[in-house]
Amino acid sequence: MARKPALEKAFLSGNEALARGAWQAGLKVACAYPGTPSTEILETLAAFPEVDVQWSVNEKTAYEVAYAAAVGGVRALFACKHVGLNVAMDPLMTSAYTGVNAGFVAVVCDDPQMHSSQNEQDTRWAGIYAKLPILEPSSPSEAIDLIQQAFEISEQYDTPVIVRMTTRISHSKEDVAIGPRKEVPIRSLQRDMRKYVMVPANARIRHEILEKRLVKLKALSERSRLNRIEMNSTSLGFITDSVAYLYLKEVYPDASYLKLGFLYPFCDEKIKKFARSVKRLMVVEELDPFIEEHVKSLGISKVQGRHPSYRLGELDQDLVRSLVAGKPKKVKPRPGRAPRLCAGCPHWSVFSVLKKLDVFVAGDIGCYTLGSLPPTSALHTCLCMGAGVTFNEGLRRAHPEEKIVGLVGDSTFVHAGIPGLINAAYNKSKGVIFILDNSTTAMTGGQPHPATGKTIRREPTKRLDLKAVCQACGADFVDVIDPQGRVKDLEELVQQRLAADALSVIIVQHPCVLLK
Amino acid sequence: MKKQEVYNITFGGVGGQGIITASELLGWAALYDGCSVKKSEVHGMSQRGGSVESHVRFGRKVYSPLIGLGQADFLLCFHPDEHPRLKPFLRKGGTDLMPYLEKVQQIADNPRAVNTGLMGVLAAFLPIRPDSWERAMQKVFKPSILEVNRRMFSNAMALVK
Repeated sequence: MARKPALEKAFLSGNEALARGAWQAGLKVACAYPGTPSTEILETLAAFPEVDVQWSVNEKTAYEVAYAAAVGGVRALFACKHVGLNVAMDPLMTSAYTGVNAGFVAVVCDDPQMHSSQNEQDTRWAGIYAKLPILEPSSPSEAIDLIQQAFEISEQYDTPVIVRMTTRISHSKEDVAIGPRKEVPIRSLQRDMRKYVMVPANARIRHEILEKRLVKLKALSERSRLNRIEMNSTSLGFITDSVAYLYLKEVYPDASYLKLGFLYPFCDEKIKKFARSVKRLMVVEELDPFIEEHVKSLGISKVQGRHPSYRLGELDQDLVRSLVAGKPKKVKPRPGRAPRLCAGCPHWSVFSVLKKLDVFVAGDIGCYTLGSLPPTSALHTCLCMGAGVTFNEGLRRAHPEEKIVGLVGDSTFVHAGIPGLINAAYNKSKGVIFILDNSTTAMTGGQPHPATGKTIRREPTKRLDLKAVCQACGADFVDVIDPQGRVKDLEELVQQRLAADALSVIIVQHPCVLLK
Repeated sequence: MKKQEVYNITFGGVGGQGIITASELLGWAALYDGCSVKKSEVHGMSQRGGSVESHVRFGRKVYSPLIGLGQADFLLCFHPDEHPRLKPFLRKGGTDLMPYLEKVQQIADNPRAVNTGLMGVLAAFLPIRPDSWERAMQKVFKPSILEVNRRMFSNAMALVK
């Protein structure tokens, strides 16, 4: 077997490589809210003392704090899962206008196949929508280099840069060459109102600057080595990105490739040149036909797209073979074990009580979503972060006579549940909101949040008092109960609060059994 | 065993059985042995008792992080219930290490060391040098549990005739 020297090599996941690369690039501030598959980026960065890292309250907050640090003059990073970007869209869209001072990169991890998510949205569209450059690695070893380039591009072109990953890249590991940190001088604070105060008069000027910037970024995309032509046999050529490139290389080592790593703005001339140089041209990508539709829009009529069935889920080398053969996607189901609430989780009892009382349960994102699965089957909606609280109100507005409750986790309540509770109180809604407080962000592996009184580095900090918050929001009753061995008491309390014409919060408090 | 370009090993079982740690150990051992190596698994809800599957590929040059069906040279299944689900990964003539699970369980003083035991069995079949495995164990295990895992690894390796 070939033996190469293993010096300066580490076995890193895509998330770890990306964090390492950002650290090497002189990163100073990093913010995120936990979300699979992106969580390990911040956890890796937390081990580097040179970086100021934080779990933020939610993605909007995280984006703003990190972006403002870059506006202030230090390299900064924001990381989230695909749906997390929705929460941060407000600052994202206008930060494209205001640009940066020091480099700013938003890392977004998509989840094709929905291994741990509620939808399969494709973040590549955000490039077009927000008018921001999108870079994409195919592997951990590409990620470590690409993130360093992303900071350079951000500073040279005065723009936030989106780096798009997928679960397969974030969570697969590879031997990666690592290097030292390069310190970057801190830039001075700029009082540039025309650039940073987005009132209409200034924003109109900035929009024009943004459109001109996109033209320059397109020229950069044309010459970037991240968009690489690999000429082999001219009988078959692939335009591809992300991990799809690696599956293709495995199955079609003799084909020619245009491998896109600087995805948006598109490198039109390179695409046309490549299209001319091969007989059969195919676009292979995961999720939406993002590249395919653009290639077609260039008037390249010979391009062969995918069967629409490939818009769903991930690819692998077997699927790539059937895709290229023009067959629809067929996946043989290999039934595995479904996840469920852990054995011994004290929060089981809440669901058994709710099932017994036969109430409609508006649920939320987190471990508690598993309450909808057998044997409890006592959770009837799950849409997005915080919706357990607002769904209680909306459903009651449709059916005031029904027995409806809302249910949310502690971390999720802090993330997006508080405005919903204020809304319910202000608009005279009633009902019972359960906060299942396991004192951690459990589903993503146990990250601290404001109500735990611990920072990302497990240092003590100010602790958010959930009971006081609920009272301040306007709840009529706020009860705190430990359900361990007290199922009867819990049931009585729930019945009492359900019968009351009031807005009640029941904080069911017991730490996650997986917490060490 | 004939030396080949790329070795494909599929791991599978149930959350909490140490599958991620086991595949991590193989990844580092292959890296220290000078190979190109990739490992893929999806973690998220697996900690809640769901199925866990991990793929490790190493050799001269590895592209895909996943192993195709019928492509695995070795199958390491940590739970009999998961075996039928994972069997399709094994190639014709590939080695199924399922028969060793019970033997390893019998010699393990601690159920948490079974994963390391299975890695000892696998090591007997792979062309990775002993010092690369040793360095990998030092990398993956905390000092307090290194010796117990080292012993489990070599005792299980001896099960392979």
